[in-house]
Amino acid sequence: MAKTKTNTEDYLRMYRQMMRIRTFEDTANQLYLSAKMPGLTHMYSGEEAVAVGICEALTDDDRITSTHRGHGHCVAKGANFKEMFCELLGKEEGYCRGKGGSMHIADQSHGNLGANAIVGGSMGIATGSALRAKLLGQDDVTVCFFGDGATAQGLLYEVMNMAALWNLPVIYACENNGYSEYTKTEEIAAGSITARAEAFGIEAFKVDGQDVLAVNELTQKLVARCRKGEGPFFIELETYRYHGHHVGDINREYYRSKDEEKDWKENRDPIIRFRGYLVSEGIATEDEIEAMNAEIEKDASEAVAYAEAAKYPDVSEVDMHVYAD
Amino acid sequence: MREITLSQAVNEAIAEEMRRDPTVFLLGEDVAEAGTPFKVLSGLVEEFGTERVIDTPIAEPGFMGIAVGAAMTGARPIVDLMFGDFIFLIMDQLCNQAAKIHYMSGGKLNVPLVLRTNMGATRRSAAQHSQSLQALVAHIPGLKVAMPSSAYEAKGLMKTAIRDNNPVVIFEDKLMYQDKAPVPEEEYLIPFGEAHIKREGSDITLIATSSMVQVAEKAAAILSKEGIEAEVIDPRTIVPLDEATLIQSVKKTSRAIVIDEGHQSYGITSEIASRLNEKAFYHLDTPVVRMGAMDVPIPFSPALEDITVPTPDRVIEMACKLCSGEMIHAA
Ligand SMILES: Cc1ncc(C[n+]2csc(CCOP(=O)(O)OP(=O)(O)O)c2C)c(N)n1
Ligand SMILES: [Mg+2]
Repeated sequence: MAKTKTNTEDYLRMYRQMMRIRTFEDTANQLYLSAKMPGLTHMYSGEEAVAVGICEALTDDDRITSTHRGHGHCVAKGANFKEMFCELLGKEEGYCRGKGGSMHIADQSHGNLGANAIVGGSMGIATGSALRAKLLGQDDVTVCFFGDGATAQGLLYEVMNMAALWNLPVIYACENNGYSEYTKTEEIAAGSITARAEAFGIEAFKVDGQDVLAVNELTQKLVARCRKGEGPFFIELETYRYHGHHVGDINREYYRSKDEEKDWKENRDPIIRFRGYLVSEGIATEDEIEAMNAEIEKDASEAVAYAEAAKYPDVSEVDMHVYAD
Repeated sequence: MREITLSQAVNEAIAEEMRRDPTVFLLGEDVAEAGTPFKVLSGLVEEFGTERVIDTPIAEPGFMGIAVGAAMTGARPIVDLMFGDFIFLIMDQLCNQAAKIHYMSGGKLNVPLVLRTNMGATRRSAAQHSQSLQALVAHIPGLKVAMPSSAYEAKGLMKTAIRDNNPVVIFEDKLMYQDKAPVPEEEYLIPFGEAHIKREGSDITLIATSSMVQVAEKAAAILSKEGIEAEVIDPRTIVPLDEATLIQSVKKTSRAIVIDEGHQSYGITSEIASRLNEKAFYHLDTPVVRMGAMDVPIPFSPALEDITVPTPDRVIEMACKLCSGEMIHAA
């Protein structure tokens, strides 16, 4: 684990946020398996240290753009379970009044500009948010989350060029989980991913995405530099998704082995690793951690029960929000 | 006759044409080992190899452009676009390049490619994975547009599309992939521009595309019990459109509803309705009515999504109104 001089509270909050993401996803998966959730969803489990390490370096004024695998970003940026589960179930009290669902959750109150069902679809949005900050003299930073697969989208190279030309306060965070859908990254990405950013003169970093402190330490530095006008930056985070591409992708041995999955889960799990660190450093006891886990579990089951009982939007809402007033 | 799913029908059509013509190849995301997320292309890579069944990165404008170039120079690519909604990403390559090259070159260059993609809501996939965008493509001269309504059409239209010397866009209904229909074992093609009269009737014409053909047929069955005989016509291709068959039917029935899953405004239904008004005006007893998807992005919530698309009930209600004369003075 990389060392940072942060206080105990920050460490505990990082653990807590990672555990909240894992618990949220396990609960959402159960909803899918018990046929209570409409449609499909993409689990973030295994990648928690990426979202948490980054978002813990941000304030509520800083913005993020998220992806189809977006629950982790949403939770890490401060969202509540209740409104999230309501959205997953298409209920009126969801973050988007049920209009968006899993792939479109946006949480304006915490600077989450939204998940996106178009791979790469948010790259322009994130860069535009950063341009706005510069134009209006605001000092917030925007982080653009996207996957390794999304690096194939031409839009990324158009906006990185402009971000570099104009020194925009944006951090491109590439979550390299080794796969895009059912295809290995090496089959779809030629050359080096970070070198592509470097070609525009953007400083690029590669970091262990399973190490929350390493991710957080790097992001803190880059955010501070962005605020001073030294952006943009690019981070490639090496990580892994535990579930299939989406909850319905169960039989996946034709594209990745059970051994590989087992290795990541048993030897590189970001939560187990960080928990071990907290205990060995005397920051928390096993009991305290178990108590925290139990509290998160309770929070999730209460939120789900609430969402299941909540009402659907009235049919009159169907043509509301097509145009702004 | 044996029955196969729409998915198997598409697969067979492509396999047969790939066996017949070595210049036919496939490219798109997860088309090889994965056989697409809907498993439509399973087995093709095993037969034809990764040279002819090519997995691409997630770079739609890029591989669409590559297909255009390959088509212009002697190959017959089939581009697999995972969701119809992604058409917005490839618009330049499709509409500025593929559609216009034959014309701009004074007929010297051809672009024989097939873009196979899908359409259709009510899968709880929200606004960016549920659109039915056929009207956008049909608007552009130079592109042909096919909309199969069952496994039978899916196979016959796909084979014709692959042999056509123009860019052809095929929209398959995502909800229909597992639906079975009788499909002959011997080879057949369905010519473009030939509508199919699915059911004969004398009181009203229901013109429906793709997913809406089933809706129209269900409505017609119920209407028949109430004494209204609806004629159901599937145009099968939107471009070219078999105007003659549609007009002939409307001259007989004097009423028509046009049903398509794209947004109603400025859509397929508007175009067909206008043609009927222009060419069968004196034979009409009522205005031609359009029924499309509501003019809203497709919402995620089941409570909202289900009311955005035409249903048999709503078609029945409208047909009854038209047949009872209620609509004559409505406008
Ligand atoms: C433009 C576009 N093309 C294709 C898809 C279908 N699709 C959804 S997720 C995905 C894979 C994305 O891979 P990656 O960017 O690595 O993200 P991950 O799923 O691994 O988190 C694909 C191909 C899409 N949603 N949008
Ligand atoms: Mg990935």
